Amino acid sequence: MAAGTAMSSYWRGLRDGLPFLAVVGPFAMLFGVLATEAGLAVHETMGFSIVVIAGAAQFTALQLINENAPTLVVLASALAVNLRMAMYSASITPHLGPLPLWKRGIVAYFLVDQTYAQSILDYEKNPDQTVAEKFAYFLGVMTPICPPWYLFTFVGAVLGESIPPSLGLDFALPIAFLAMVGPMLRTPAHRIAALVSVILALAFAWLPYNMGLLVAGLGGMMAGAQAELRLGIKP
Amino acid sequence: MTDTTELWTIIIALGLGSFGLRFAFLGLVGDRAMPEWLLRHLRYTAVAVIPALVAPLVIWPTATGGEPDATRLAAAVATFAVGYLTKNVFAAMGVGAAVLVSLSLLF
Repeated sequence: MAAGTAMSSYWRGLRDGLPFLAVVGPFAMLFGVLATEAGLAVHETMGFSIVVIAGAAQFTALQLINENAPTLVVLASALAVNLRMAMYSASITPHLGPLPLWKRGIVAYFLVDQTYAQSILDYEKNPDQTVAEKFAYFLGVMTPICPPWYLFTFVGAVLGESIPPSLGLDFALPIAFLAMVGPMLRTPAHRIAALVSVILALAFAWLPYNMGLLVAGLGGMMAGAQAELRLGIKP
Repeated sequence: MTDTTELWTIIIALGLGSFGLRFAFLGLVGDRAMPEWLLRHLRYTAVAVIPALVAPLVIWPTATGGEPDATRLAAAVATFAVGYLTKNVFAAMGVGAAVLVSLSLLF
């Protein structure tokens, strides 16, 4: 396949990933600030963002470290928060599975909520892409999301408490994800899956360690699969 | 406060664990065919996990201490509606952000 089409897929991905910068920047900065307040040195804070590279799990771990929870409890809780990543991995494998192992390793490292959701949305919208194009698109989406995650963690860690809490900034993340949900609801099966998952997420929000999310995710997937079978929907 | 060794143990173990979860299927399954029933479930992963991730944040926002908040609810509804009707992620984000900021300034 021509290098040119992979290049244009990369730029298309980069353009589609760019709006997430508005979410990742403040979120990463907040982690930097809170980690510094919890007593972590700048290099330790950076270690978190580079080695773990998972927003929600990092916040969970930080919270528990602050409460002096035992190491095993910190690990189990943060990994439970990250269990959804295994679902992302399974879901993206039909698209990126044919890549050589080292490229799949790169995808795995950068597989976060935003890169996953934006890429899978594009793969379903444009199913005729080659694997090379899909990989280039993924790297494009990742570019304005993951390196800025490191950069803004650093900014937050260095500036610390001098950053004022902004108006409604906490809500940037829900808005970014909600904006992607609408275009995902292509068929009645997708709409049923989303509806069941929302109901379950709210009903099981009381479960510890974010387990409600897993119940809702699995329930929504089963509802979607059942609806596809029973309504005879072409995927 | 957790000491340095303990902290790096947490960082490295958490990094390895997270990578393991992300690599699980990509690395071990690769391009081997998966059964049709599994693929059928996986087609709905995004549409089941992302709304479940967002729903509690919309209804019980962290910033208000878990109290439902009209401004955030309105911004959420506007974002979703524009995304659903236009299929345009950018338009949805833009309208959602505009509603959030303007209502926050008004009230």
